Amino acid sequence: MLRRLRAPNVAALSSAISRMRPRRVPGPSRWPLLRRTPWARRRAAAVTAAAADERLGFDRFGLRDLVSEAAHGIGARPGRLVLTIIGTVLGIGSLVVTVGLAQTAAGQIARTFDAVAATQVVVEPATARTQGGERATGTIPWDVEDRLSRIAGVEHVGAIATVNVGDLRITAVPVNDPSAPTLATPQVMATTPGMLDAVRGRIVTGRYFDAGHDERADRVVVLGARAAQRLGVHRVDRQPSIFIGDRSYTVIGIIDDVKRRSDLLDAVIMPVGTARADFNLVGLEQAHLIMAVGAGPVIAEQAPYFLEPNNPESITVQVPPATSTVRENVQADINAIFLALGAVALLVGGLGIANVTLLSVRERTGEIGLRRALGATKRNIGNQFLMESGVIGLLGGLVGAALGVAIVVAVSLSKEWTPILDTPIVVAAALLGGVIGLCAGAYPALKAAGVEPITALRGGT
Amino acid sequence: MTQDPAGLFEPVLHQAEVAGPVAAPVSGVDPTRTPQPGGTGHPAGDHVEVIPPVIDLRGLSRSFPGDPPVEALRRVDLTVQRGEYVSIVGPSGSGKSTLLHILGLLDRPTAGDFLLDGVSTATVSEHERARLRGGRIGFVFQAFHLLPHRSVLDNVLLATLYSGVPRAERRDRALAALDRVGLSHRLDFMPTVLSGGERQRVAVARAVISSPHVLLADEPTGNLDSVTSTGVLDLFEELHADGLTLVVITHDAAVSARAQRQVRISDGTLSEVA
Repeated sequence: MLRRLRAPNVAALSSAISRMRPRRVPGPSRWPLLRRTPWARRRAAAVTAAAADERLGFDRFGLRDLVSEAAHGIGARPGRLVLTIIGTVLGIGSLVVTVGLAQTAAGQIARTFDAVAATQVVVEPATARTQGGERATGTIPWDVEDRLSRIAGVEHVGAIATVNVGDLRITAVPVNDPSAPTLATPQVMATTPGMLDAVRGRIVTGRYFDAGHDERADRVVVLGARAAQRLGVHRVDRQPSIFIGDRSYTVIGIIDDVKRRSDLLDAVIMPVGTARADFNLVGLEQAHLIMAVGAGPVIAEQAPYFLEPNNPESITVQVPPATSTVRENVQADINAIFLALGAVALLVGGLGIANVTLLSVRERTGEIGLRRALGATKRNIGNQFLMESGVIGLLGGLVGAALGVAIVVAVSLSKEWTPILDTPIVVAAALLGGVIGLCAGAYPALKAAGVEPITALRGGT
Repeated sequence: MTQDPAGLFEPVLHQAEVAGPVAAPVSGVDPTRTPQPGGTGHPAGDHVEVIPPVIDLRGLSRSFPGDPPVEALRRVDLTVQRGEYVSIVGPSGSGKSTLLHILGLLDRPTAGDFLLDGVSTATVSEHERARLRGGRIGFVFQAFHLLPHRSVLDNVLLATLYSGVPRAERRDRALAALDRVGLSHRLDFMPTVLSGGERQRVAVARAVISSPHVLLADEPTGNLDSVTSTGVLDLFEELHADGLTLVVITHDAAVSARAQRQVRISDGTLSEVA
């Protein structure tokens, strides 16, 4: 037992390293690392423990070591790192920008192209500036519904006018209570029977008046939902009445959810015929149409002639702008070009990473040889370089994705759009950078793993 | 592991106590020991075991293909016992480096066998060889081979990554190893600012941190001036005194003379220097 002779020496030196020398373990296995377990216990179980401990594995170049070594390898040359990731940054960035702007633009189109806006037409008399202010130069005829519904593509027509009831009070019960607070009088509107459909309203209860009520000038009204609430009318099955001045009108329905002319919800609505008879209504103010998609140009051209054949200029028609299919096609082409550019940039970025990693492997053969001499397996070495290029790619991906998002937001801001970008796409783009890094690093990693330690150790630092 | 230094090395202290009564000369060279092949055990040992030599070369040859083939080593036999300090001296081209590479499991012999701790390495896989390198062999190179961008401490810790030192012990061991080579005050320095002697000390700390069975030094003083060379050789002697097995390969007779046993290599054959 040669070591025992030396033991007093150990004590005399009492230095830490002296206790680090190899020692023998009884039994066939003599791994030096068993030192971890206390001596007594180790001796008892030495024979099996040696093999078992080795199998269980000490911390031999685990994932943490791998990541840490890769991080050091990358961090050693920050300047080169920046140059290396530029390609990936550009590639990932242009991908994110392309996808982001496409999504944002799509969201923008969807916003303007909602069904209501795309199919709604408003017809009004033209106005002219005169000394007395602005006045209408034309009129909408009373039979506007008949006239306009003959135009191809028109689906619903309705017209509306405000009724001037003077200072007549509108109440649910004719009680003259001086102490009662004066409520704001609801507006009185007159519409043609088709108006409800033309503004896409909904009947809450009861019904809307029809052409018969209109022709007979029946004293019936329909209430907007808010007006009904204000007047205390909630159901119509008992034929409640409201009073405009001292005349009673039967409430036959309550409407809600109108998509246009939402002021109707606060109004008492009566047939045009009734308004003409009772309040001397002189003309209609506005006609609303719902048209088939794409009928806009026809209606815009023909509606004035249907309403005022002698003086078509006195009628203005507002139709939604037709979406240009040409523009959409151009947009799609631009997207394809940008995606292609992004793909090329990614390819270049990947090649850049491969190139720099290969260079790095060449430069670091000494380090590789050293690591091999210290016990690194080929796999350890390969994994380290693979991890380095993967992390470089991931860094590029992260920076590129962040830049891309920033550009999408900036462009949207300048155009006053709402930026829309799926978060999973951004995350996937960043990860794509990592994948590209891994792919790019595969060949250099193989090269690194194949470095012969002997030749590597012969020269260099 | 706050109590680590004590806990980590407890077994050795225990060993020391057991061996306490047996006195040893302070010089570090054990006169009772003779480098005889297969010489194991100790007369006073109460539990006699057969300890195989750390290094046992049996008829080992290494030739490199060519026309004609270059025979770097010819049927070499060499046995290095535990705790020995052997120098292998020879001129350049004598097969020194080839021998070192084979001893370090970096190269394989073309014939013969190399038994490391009594286990044949002829048939073990490349993976297992890497493992053995990490766990049992420490290297000290002429060119130091320190990573220039990593601190002294990191450079020493590097060896623990592959040798399977438990993570919790790594730092304490590295600090102890650096303390041992007298570089505790240089932990955060970069190797580039250290002197040659200091660099080689870092390399020695790195080599011994995983407590190898044998330390292989390849021209350890080749890049050092005589003063720093002496310092490094003193360190080797101290490590040897602590029980470390050392094999120093050199062409320098002065370096070789410091070893307890000298082996001369020339034209691929070994001969003991008396």
